[in-house]
Amino acid sequence: MRLSKKTLTIAVCAACVAAPAAATQTDKISDGVVKIGVMTDMSGIASDMAGPGSVLAAKMAVEDFGGKVLGMPIEIVSGDHQIKPDIASAMARRWLDQEKVDVIADIAGSLTAIAVVKIVKDKNRIALVSGGGNSRLTNEDCTDRSANWSYDTYAMANGTGRTLTQQGGDSWFFIAVDNVFGRSMQQDAEAAIQAAGGKVLGVVRHPFPSSDFSSYLLQAQASGAKVIGLAQSSSEAGINIKQAAEFGITPKQKMAPMLLMITETHAVGLKTLQGAVFTESFYWDRNDETRAWSRRFFEVKKRMPTMIQAGVYSQVLHYLKAVKAAGTDEAGAVMAKMRAIPVNDFFAKNGKLREDGLMLHDMYLMQVKSPEESRYPWDYYKLLKVIPGEQAFQPLSKSRCPLVKKQ
Amino acid sequence: MFEWLGITPQGLYGQLLVGLINGSFYATLSLGLAVIFGLLNIVNFTHGAQYMMGAFVAWMGLTYFGINYWWSLILAPLVVGVVGIILELTLLRRLYQMDHLYGLLLTFGLALIIEGGFRQAFGISGERYEIPEALTGATNLGFMYLPNYRAWVIAASLVVCFLAWFVIERTKLGAYLRAGTENPKLLQAFGVNVPVLVTLTYGFGAALAGFAGVLAAPIFQVNPVMGSNLLIVVFAVVVIGGLGSIMGSILTGLGLGLIEGLTKVFYPEGSSVVIFVIMAIILLIRPAGLFGKEK
Repeated sequence: MRLSKKTLTIAVCAACVAAPAAATQTDKISDGVVKIGVMTDMSGIASDMAGPGSVLAAKMAVEDFGGKVLGMPIEIVSGDHQIKPDIASAMARRWLDQEKVDVIADIAGSLTAIAVVKIVKDKNRIALVSGGGNSRLTNEDCTDRSANWSYDTYAMANGTGRTLTQQGGDSWFFIAVDNVFGRSMQQDAEAAIQAAGGKVLGVVRHPFPSSDFSSYLLQAQASGAKVIGLAQSSSEAGINIKQAAEFGITPKQKMAPMLLMITETHAVGLKTLQGAVFTESFYWDRNDETRAWSRRFFEVKKRMPTMIQAGVYSQVLHYLKAVKAAGTDEAGAVMAKMRAIPVNDFFAKNGKLREDGLMLHDMYLMQVKSPEESRYPWDYYKLLKVIPGEQAFQPLSKSRCPLVKKQ
Repeated sequence: MFEWLGITPQGLYGQLLVGLINGSFYATLSLGLAVIFGLLNIVNFTHGAQYMMGAFVAWMGLTYFGINYWWSLILAPLVVGVVGIILELTLLRRLYQMDHLYGLLLTFGLALIIEGGFRQAFGISGERYEIPEALTGATNLGFMYLPNYRAWVIAASLVVCFLAWFVIERTKLGAYLRAGTENPKLLQAFGVNVPVLVTLTYGFGAALAGFAGVLAAPIFQVNPVMGSNLLIVVFAVVVIGGLGSIMGSILTGLGLGLIEGLTKVFYPEGSSVVIFVIMAIILLIRPAGLFGKEK
């Protein structure tokens, strides 16, 4: 069929008239609903630290925001990615292509987060990572449509590594899990330790997941290092510390988990973990605001929230604020607002979303209390030091993210 | 003499001992599997869940009823054994005439259901179980600090393994059991109640898994997935030892614990695959396993 010049002109004009009308009708919110997908591990190894608790946190954020944004309803869907990158990728595609999800939150797990962030960027939506704290997310794998909210391997390793080295723990041995998470954690810690004047005597990498660490502990013991750094998942670190006590390694050598979730402390117990020093971005009992929110969470889940779950609340709430401020849910405009507005809630004070996608906020150096020091249920940690965001996280000048303009 | 390996002799002895500890877990678990397979021809994939249940029964006993570790060592295997007997009577019994595959599918499905139920009830982080007072602390052996509890694990597993082997290979009851697998009809003709024998055998195999679970509880976190992490390795042990061979599974369990321990020193990244590499090689050279008989 050949189109005559006249029909073509009419068609083009019709399109010109129709397009703006359509835009006002569908309003500024695509599909008439803001849909938040909480992608997490619902029954596997991360299901206590993220999982259903992350979904609850997202729901609480929507509730506190009022349930509607720009007069449109907010809907939450959740999915179990089983911490498998292939399942996570397929779910992300389905959510974004068919189910009109606007933003994906949590994304527990390093590899899953890295996989999902790339897909979200291609589809021009937003990914808010809370439980996938790999520093690669804001370096090699950074995008302008994603944010890493709660923690990253750099901040955890840097906070713990530097402080313990400065306190005299200047020789280290690492027990690291043999995956991208363990490697970046251990390398980030090593850099911090060396910068603070310490040295690393050795590293042993074990397969994931492992439950018996006695062989690695004997190697760490033989090294004579003052501190044994644990670049492992939180649950592995918990069991590892328990076994270290068995072999008479602690208290002669200090155990330094790079990542320790409060759910793990609860499970392993203060008797075993007491004295361990680590870095966190959230502790429920830090001030009145954190206590108030955490008690609401506890009412439902019967356990206190982890930093991942608190971070999901914060990121979802901030996202909704940004949608409101931008007057649309178009990803680019919302991301610009998310960067412009400071993050202010119980999780972060004057937090700032940087151009590399890192949400800059304070971190806390914590120590596990002894059973005698603990006075009530879940009274587990004492705050050793507030590490200001600028010191805790990797400075922009060292960023390997292509989006960062170097001066 | 060990300098070229980059490890001191003391270090090596310590590592071998640690390997032996893991080996005793493998031995106890694979023994239960071998008993069940040898006498019932069922590939018992519920074994990992039964091991986990043993640990949980011990934990529940302590938490809810104040039952201490020593009583749990007897009670938990009994409970797990009874649950096993119920499974055998209600479900497994129907599958003896069918292909192995059906038994495998049933027990695998049951394992998933049991583990899912525990995960729903207790969460993934699991529960802690303290080492009993009498076995806390460690003994200085000169080359390493051996935690007393781990020494107990080796001793207890070896004794249980030996007893099981003795009962099956050297007593009249064991002779009945073995005869029952060879020719159940003939044995029945002699007036032996074979179905009861088979039920009790399954219960015994499950109880062995429960026993290993109680032994493991103070070392690892009592956790709904503790069994599934271990089960595949234990199956590899049974295959290497020779399906159904009692002594084979005990010796292979201990031996592979040692080999895995050494891998953790010299090439830790490979420690999770070394057993499977060995399994592949053994299957190529001796398809019936190290101690198995070709049928």
